[in-house]
Amino acid sequence: MWITRTEFVDIAHKGIWKQNTSLVQILGLCPLLAVTTNLVNGVMLSLATLLVMSLSNLAVSSLRHFIPYEIRIPVFILIAAALVTVVDLAMNAYLHGLYVVLGIFIPLIITNCIVLARIEAFAAKNRPAPAMMDGAMMGVGMLWTLALIGAMRELIGGGTLFSGIDLVIPGAQALQLLPADYPGLLMAVLPPGAFIILGCIIASKNWIDARSATRQLTQAAPVSAGGCH
Amino acid sequence: MSTPAEKHALRVSGETSLTLVAFIVFFTALLAWVYLFSQPVIEQSTRNEKLVVLNQILPANLYNNDPLADSLTLPPEPQLGTKTASTVYRARNNGKDSALVMDVIAPDGYSGPIKLLVAFSANGQVLGVRAVEHKETPGLGDYIDPRKDKNKTSPWIDQFNNVPLSLSNKDWHVKKDGGDFDAYAGATVTPRAVVKAVHRAQEFVMDNRKVLFTRSTTQNSANP
Repeated sequence: MWITRTEFVDIAHKGIWKQNTSLVQILGLCPLLAVTTNLVNGVMLSLATLLVMSLSNLAVSSLRHFIPYEIRIPVFILIAAALVTVVDLAMNAYLHGLYVVLGIFIPLIITNCIVLARIEAFAAKNRPAPAMMDGAMMGVGMLWTLALIGAMRELIGGGTLFSGIDLVIPGAQALQLLPADYPGLLMAVLPPGAFIILGCIIASKNWIDARSATRQLTQAAPVSAGGCH
Repeated sequence: MSTPAEKHALRVSGETSLTLVAFIVFFTALLAWVYLFSQPVIEQSTRNEKLVVLNQILPANLYNNDPLADSLTLPPEPQLGTKTASTVYRARNNGKDSALVMDVIAPDGYSGPIKLLVAFSANGQVLGVRAVEHKETPGLGDYIDPRKDKNKTSPWIDQFNNVPLSLSNKDWHVKKDGGDFDAYAGATVTPRAVVKAVHRAQEFVMDNRKVLFTRSTTQNSANP
């Protein structure tokens, strides 16, 4: 079996929610702040990161028996950096418009600690299929967070959604959701706006987690009470 | 004689460094291979991107040569605001000089220099302007980029389409300074910088247009 169902569910839950890179581990904040001025940029940078993490986790996991323990960090960096450069070249060639917008943040994926963290914490100790799944799911966790932040900043800041989509799908149009004479809220587009929105999302996540924890407690209570009788 | 422990350490470190070298060779080869494949595509995309901007400010009926190939490198020129070498693309129609497209930098934007691409006709008239690179405040000064301009039907930058040659030095200002050019309320620093930069560049073209059109690319690369 490549990957069992329980393994898959566990990895997906950790990546998307429980150990979400941006909301729980608070890693990779620099691209998060700089790139998420709109939805499309946030999604595309996350997709590039997702691709790099899946590939680097897969590569490291497949090669883990050949990597001497003492030099594992340089080898990990070498593998991840090579894959980032491959993604960088491919995006420059085939998604040039977007590449110009995301600019320096594509090569900088290598400095996102989450890439090395997942290699060291997961890929170096697990089979290739779960390792690749771990990279992908950590990427999905980053994807929905950055998409949400990007969408909120774009909507509050300028009243649109999907601006810049024509760089990915030629001919597609941005959605004007608020009236065209909406003055825009500059702060949402500037870095402080990203911090405030990120803070609100983290608070909401903690609130949801706390609520489900109390619910489990109150559900468990009658059972323990029953044991007393 | 070395002890068995020393021999062992030597063997392990040798093996480890050989492994590292093997990894480096393999991944460098992978990069070289991807680079070879993607390089022609990247060059083509960069070219297309330049052509897209070029076509926005240079009417297609003005030329039938390849301006990207017929280019000239200029040394840093204070009147153009350039601090490094810049490129001039020359458009010709059946060999007749028709237009110049050049990099112009407005050094006094609200947040740093604004990089512009400006097209001039053979007689020095401004044909069109596009902001290629800038850091103006989003939602405030960034309307110099028509993609960010709220007014989609006649974006601000379109004021530079076919500016009449009769415009006097006094007219080359934003309206607030007594000139002819509109500026949106709330952000005058940015348009002021753009108008001034285009005007300076026009004066430069007026003085040098003969040379700019005739200087050959090869002669230029030998003596920039």
